[in-house]
Amino acid sequence: MCAQQYQAEFLLKMYELMLKSRIFEEKIAELYRKGELMGLLHLYIGQEAVAVGVITALRNGDVALSTHRGHGHAIAKGVPLKNLMAELYGKSTGTSKGLAGSMHLVDVEHGLPLSSSIVGGGIPICVGMAWAYKLSKSNNVATCFFGDGAVATGDFHGSLNLAALLDVPAVFVCENNQYALSLPVSRGVSSPSIADLARAYGIKSFTANGMDAINVYEIANAAINNYARKEQKPVFIEAKTYRFLGHHLGDLMQPYRTKEEVDAMKKLDPISNLRDLLIREYGVTESALDDLRTKIVKEIEDAVEFARNSPYLDPGELPKFVYSKQSGGAQLA
Amino acid sequence: MREITYAEALNEALRIEMSRNERVTVLGEDVGVFGGIFGVTNGLLEEFGPDRVVSTPISEDGFTGAALGLSLAGYKPVVEIMYMDFILLALNQIINHAAKVRFISGGKLEAPMVIRVMMNYGPRYTGPQHTQDFAAFLAHIPGLKVVAPATPYDAKGLLESAIRYERDPVIFLEHSLLYRTRGPVPEEEYFIPIGTSDVKVNGEDVTIVGYSYTTWLAMSAAKRLKEEGISAEVLDLRTLYPLDRKAIIISVEKTGRLVVVAGDVRSYGVGAEIVSTVAEEALHSLKVPPVRIAVPDLPVPFSPPLVDHVVPTEDKIVSAAKKIVKNI
Repeated sequence: MCAQQYQAEFLLKMYELMLKSRIFEEKIAELYRKGELMGLLHLYIGQEAVAVGVITALRNGDVALSTHRGHGHAIAKGVPLKNLMAELYGKSTGTSKGLAGSMHLVDVEHGLPLSSSIVGGGIPICVGMAWAYKLSKSNNVATCFFGDGAVATGDFHGSLNLAALLDVPAVFVCENNQYALSLPVSRGVSSPSIADLARAYGIKSFTANGMDAINVYEIANAAINNYARKEQKPVFIEAKTYRFLGHHLGDLMQPYRTKEEVDAMKKLDPISNLRDLLIREYGVTESALDDLRTKIVKEIEDAVEFARNSPYLDPGELPKFVYSKQSGGAQLA
Repeated sequence: MREITYAEALNEALRIEMSRNERVTVLGEDVGVFGGIFGVTNGLLEEFGPDRVVSTPISEDGFTGAALGLSLAGYKPVVEIMYMDFILLALNQIINHAAKVRFISGGKLEAPMVIRVMMNYGPRYTGPQHTQDFAAFLAHIPGLKVVAPATPYDAKGLLESAIRYERDPVIFLEHSLLYRTRGPVPEEEYFIPIGTSDVKVNGEDVTIVGYSYTTWLAMSAAKRLKEEGISAEVLDLRTLYPLDRKAIIISVEKTGRLVVVAGDVRSYGVGAEIVSTVAEEALHSLKVPPVRIAVPDLPVPFSPPLVDHVVPTEDKIVSAAKKIVKNI
């Protein structure tokens, strides 16, 4: 790319979001290993450029649907870290009062209406939300993130077909991190190019370097703002990326890939590469970036304290979150 | 009062709701020019246009998920699932997603959608993949409401309630053998609260519980029983969840005898829930053990004489009632 094509502030904002996601996840990994956090934690470390690049191209009112690997999308969407952390602690101050946990992050106010832990499950819902935006002429788009594993599901194919038939502004973002748990994409998807599959449905399709936030942003901006929103049509982005850690924190041995492969991919770290660029081409000082890191670390430490000190939901409250009113009787307005 | 069919009553409810709220949309297989199952969506495409009445491709999980997305973004979609057997293909969206959004969002989101489904249990000679009744299974899922009207009057009033007032996903069960039945239906709008049962026939000697088509079987059986000197009460559940448990208890406390007639397979079925409710809350009112009439634990065969052997019938209800009332 040309030097100084962007304002330093713009790139610094993307850098900050990626770094927040990275440090947040490093912290929760530590807390999980200490036994303080429970459940299944699927970390996004290595893939941060995709969420940040795409979500930076979204506008006010646009939504993003996430997956079981959702911390990065939530943070890029601006979900407050203290509420996110409290959700992982299962506390009542969490984004969903502790009812959802890491795999089902929701924050309606911040444009994260749903995260599905069922692979591919969010894709048709995204089509429906985009359909609503088209019918109501809101000029918003609905975005869904999913992995290469979702490409094999019926939801993926049914949804792409439906979106193309309906011409709705749905933005499909496939984060091809090369593995569906242990299955390499070459064994999980018959086409060498996932982007080509979308083309077969008549959907305009892009491929992005998912290890480069600037490239992802540029592709997403073209796909979303110059196409999906403008033409009211679906668009597809295959972002090629890599997860540096196991499928989740319990996946320690990773017998499906070599340490050499992982080490080679870590050299493509989107965060340290953007840091180098900011210093080299934009005159940002190392001390300014260190200050930024210190600020983020403090915010995350505060989030942990907030979560630790928060109460659990009273179990008696649980039935309130199942039906619009307590079920069991007549219900008329 | 004028009489119209069950299918016409449903059509009328859709028409009223679509006329007053442009955010009500209809989607599913063949709901457009074809007019949907038994003509329930007849004329809607012409009246409300192709943006609001959409024939979808055959992708139940896809279009049900899209309907969920519409509902999350402020619309009120009414989905049609052609046969209940096909709902299995949409259950990931219905159970893992639609039924969970309120909970997953800590109460901030809701999925007000209606999923109309045709049941085809009973004497329908369509083989093992077109005759299943999964009502109990759906009623087993927290977050879903399950409605199963038996008459044109109830069909219209319940569908209007589901579309106008419900803020949760409603599974609206219809029955293939009911679409052409006729009954009195007011022309204007009216609302039957979801969660309320209805005593279709008053009686003293035995309570016969039904829903949808089995209510009709129970009503016919009650007529025959009357001729034989047995006064049967027919309790039409109308809603399977939330279940009107109080009405069941009141009726059984009065009659002391219970026959449940269900279109599903006996083990873990609707009958099990009704009998359990009575066992927990009115055990000592029972003069004799309750009876469950349902499909034995088998797939329903195609062969017509074999079908009649396994599905609930009027004869089976009459003989069960005679046995527990008069011990004959």
